[in-house]
Amino acid sequence: MSSDANPEPLSVWSAFFAGLGASYRSVFVFVLVGTYVGLAALAQDYGFSLAWLMASTVLVWAGPSQVILISALGGGATLAETAIAVGLSCVRFLPMVVALLPQMRGPHTRARDLLLPAHFTAASMWVEAFRLLPAVPPERRVVFSNGLGAGFMSCALLGCIIGYFLTASLPPLLTAAMLFLTPMSFLISTARNARSLADRLALALGLIILPLLVYADIGLDLMWTGIIAGTVAYAVHRLRGHLRGARR
Amino acid sequence: MNGFEGLWGYIVLILVGFLPADVWRLLGVIVGRGLDEESELLVWVRAVATAVLAGVIAKILFFPPGSLATMPLSVRVTAIVCGFLAFLLVRRSVFTGLAVGEAVLIAGGYWLVR
Repeated sequence: MSSDANPEPLSVWSAFFAGLGASYRSVFVFVLVGTYVGLAALAQDYGFSLAWLMASTVLVWAGPSQVILISALGGGATLAETAIAVGLSCVRFLPMVVALLPQMRGPHTRARDLLLPAHFTAASMWVEAFRLLPAVPPERRVVFSNGLGAGFMSCALLGCIIGYFLTASLPPLLTAAMLFLTPMSFLISTARNARSLADRLALALGLIILPLLVYADIGLDLMWTGIIAGTVAYAVHRLRGHLRGARR
Repeated sequence: MNGFEGLWGYIVLILVGFLPADVWRLLGVIVGRGLDEESELLVWVRAVATAVLAGVIAKILFFPPGSLATMPLSVRVTAIVCGFLAFLLVRRSVFTGLAVGEAVLIAGGYWLVR
């Protein structure tokens, strides 16, 4: 809330609430509440408390990784095995955060200001931030992103609570539908955001390459899917750029 | 009762949940600090991130967790294809795609599994 000569069009708090409001208008409200109702069913099956599930939501903040965490710990995997499985499923946050940072950074952003929005980075926030941030003044993008992330997290926590009170009466068909929200929403929202050829190809190739790597029993399948599919897609993008340049 | 009650459960959560997840986000902040919005490297990084998300989608679809595994593969694949087509056909609406995909999954599961 600086009182410089330049009038500030958007105060810090109104930017935060703008982000919060944007999260509640996003289709991810349904996705997150539903997904975490499904996760609550899973966590209860394995004997975890509501408080523990909520703490894991705040601390890990990655639906698919929490599925791994809960089923590995609950299924009796060792702590080291669980940590490795969760860590591998979260490697995706490295490129996601790297890609998002330049969008988020304003002229006076310090590195430590980026730690909280980096923690909030998950598929939901990543996809919506790319869509919404261009319309936000650069100096307010970090605060806006924090509002967006906090809003999404509150939806997930609400889903945990609803799930714990509902889960005994939920038929398996419905919890299956809740777990299906993640792949369905990830596919559509990633496709909506994929404007460049490189992004579209990466999406299509990733869908094909992962099952192949799993059947070939190659470890670190998610990481290799990203590197192989992403690099091939980028190479095609570069090649097309060259061909266009040559034609001119 | 699963051995993760009380304080121990939260220590485990920090050690095998929070730390393995957030080390990558922290590394992202460190690596991404010097990158320019227009840089070519960023096109590649975005493609890699998108491909990993595609991998997460494929993994849940083909190797599903919990009760989703009770749905036949044909139902899961039909549902995601229908949802995606609905998204493309109806003004690129995410909500429509999601609703159609879920409806097909529930209908398919209802007819085939019961």
